Amino acid sequence: MTEQAFIEVDQVEKVFDVRRKTGFLKRERREVRAVDSISFTVARGEMVGYIGPNGAGKSTTIKMLTGILTPSAGRLRVAGIDPSQERTRLAHRIGVVFGQRTTLWWDLPLIDSYKLMHRMYRIPDARYRENLDRLVELLDLRDLLDSPVRQLSLGQRMRGDIAAALLHDPEVLYLDEPTIGLDVVSKVRVREFLKEVNAERGTTVLLTTHDLQDIEQLCSRVMVIDHGRLMYDGPLAGLHEAGESERTLVVDLEREVPPIDAPAPARVVKVDGPRQWLAFPASESAAPLVARIAAEYPLVDLSVREPDIEAVIAKMYAERAGA
Amino acid sequence: MAETLGTSPGPEGFRTSPGPEGFRPVEGSRLVEGLRTYRLIAGMWVRSSMTYRTSFAVTVLGNLLVTGLDFATILLMFSQVDTLGGWSLPEIALLYGLSATAFGIADLLLGSMDVLGGRIRDGSFDTLLVRPAPVLAQVGADRFALRRLGRITQAVAVLGYALAAVDVDWTVAKVLLVPVMVISGAAIFCALFVAGAAFQFVAQDAAEVQNAFTYGGTTLLQYPPTVFGRDLVRAVTFLVPLAFVNWVPASYVLGRPYPLELPQWTAFAPPLVAAGYCALAGLAWRAGLRSYRSTGS
Ligand SMILES: Nc1ncnc2c1ncn2[C@@H]1O[C@H](COP(=O)(O)OP(=O)(O)OP(=O)(O)O)[C@@H](O)[C@H]1O
Ligand SMILES: [Mg+2]
Repeated sequence: MTEQAFIEVDQVEKVFDVRRKTGFLKRERREVRAVDSISFTVARGEMVGYIGPNGAGKSTTIKMLTGILTPSAGRLRVAGIDPSQERTRLAHRIGVVFGQRTTLWWDLPLIDSYKLMHRMYRIPDARYRENLDRLVELLDLRDLLDSPVRQLSLGQRMRGDIAAALLHDPEVLYLDEPTIGLDVVSKVRVREFLKEVNAERGTTVLLTTHDLQDIEQLCSRVMVIDHGRLMYDGPLAGLHEAGESERTLVVDLEREVPPIDAPAPARVVKVDGPRQWLAFPASESAAPLVARIAAEYPLVDLSVREPDIEAVIAKMYAERAGA
Repeated sequence: MAETLGTSPGPEGFRTSPGPEGFRPVEGSRLVEGLRTYRLIAGMWVRSSMTYRTSFAVTVLGNLLVTGLDFATILLMFSQVDTLGGWSLPEIALLYGLSATAFGIADLLLGSMDVLGGRIRDGSFDTLLVRPAPVLAQVGADRFALRRLGRITQAVAVLGYALAAVDVDWTVAKVLLVPVMVISGAAIFCALFVAGAAFQFVAQDAAEVQNAFTYGGTTLLQYPPTVFGRDLVRAVTFLVPLAFVNWVPASYVLGRPYPLELPQWTAFAPPLVAAGYCALAGLAWRAGLRSYRSTGS
């Protein structure tokens, strides 16, 4: 294994056999291709965002990378280990956070879960104390340690879970929707923390999310998956080109007028009273368009909105569906 | 970046990774590893339940009384009749004591495994798979509850009474057979729990089926084989080898005819039956685990 490719995914597929009851005793068998021949590699220390619409296959990929699921086809290696073959051995080297469910012991105080992990992962005492202190401080867990996990709020529990995933100094951290349901402040805190862990420890991070701000603020690289297929793998900025994204010009006029007659490819996408929205290619300057509107219409105010990455991605999905 | 958190990494920050193998020292066999995991998790639950000592004492006592009702039912019956299926009260007490003690031990060790189906259905089983410990031990030790000692306590009391009261010429073989029966019986019930848990991978709402075999099984064994139909006795001997928990070996101790006219040596078969059945249950568990496919959310 080269140090370059810490995670290697080569033509990996996962097909689920879904049986559905269609009537009394009648069953229909259907194959769901959750992951369809995906290949990528992640280098040690990289921080990669993994995005895609609901049901795209993100969680399924993570489950294969942790050894929870066995791929139907293809080759998969994490730190040189085949996850489904040597799940327990791999477990010492990875940390996993499932946003949707906790890996902590629900009815035990938070600190008990950590103590249990200490022993289970055979973390040397000194290192455990050091890590725990640091995590408790960074994730602000001090006052929560004695509360049973079930009494924690979602955001508190998530922080507790993230700490649990890092106690044993994993080389790679998988996060499946770590910011789901968190308020803005908690999201910021979690992001800052992840950045720090990545920078300080060189922990490789792979995270899925539906919040593109997570990606914008954390990941230099993003992978987009849809219907089990990898649609895009590259820097976030590249998505704009790949998605032929558009910026939006919002103009406020003195009064209601018919939609502005803008030079193509710019066009009015929305009219609301005296306010109109025009879309134009992100690659072009707004100046000529603004000049023209100012000359021909009673312009009061205007603003330019950068392309919404969410819209870019939605457009990518739509294009693929149309193709 | 660090400032936003009001802290700075500083020299005492995280160190580099612990090395290519994590902190994993040389591990023993899977069995040793499983027992270690079991001890860790069960210990945690015990410590947590001991936080409130009085409440713990009350639940143990409650457990003792509730499970003791089983035997009270039998006593009530004997206030009306002198024998049950030809067996006297001390003899029935022996069956009861053996079966309930064996079951009590298995229930203490693995009694929480019936929640597995729920964990499989809701996908929280995933979280057990990412920990570096045998899954069976994690599932078995989950919610380990010492209050189940209550059941064992009353079972041992009944067993003690039975051993004192039965009319038996105690030989060395018969005396030795008593602990062998208890341990083998507990192992057979443990195997049933594991097999039942394995079945929950296939049918996630099978906890009831499992309980029918375990709780139902122990209740069945509290009565002599002579009160049941031959087909049922056959099933309990050859299909689910519960007859080896007490019926067969106890018949030897009491000098009674064996159920199904089994040969004499079968009274000493419980350890073999238990070992074989545990192995089968282990295989079933592995097959079940391999068939696990997580959930879509
Ligand atoms: N255990 C399973 N059994 C059957 N089908 C499954 C299973 N897990 C996932 N699927 C199917 O595979 C597809 C991909 O699911 P997956 O959970 O990987 O999506 P996702 O990208 O994580 O979506 P989301 O953003 O909603 O979490 C879906 O169509 C889902 O129904
Ligand atoms: Mg998902």
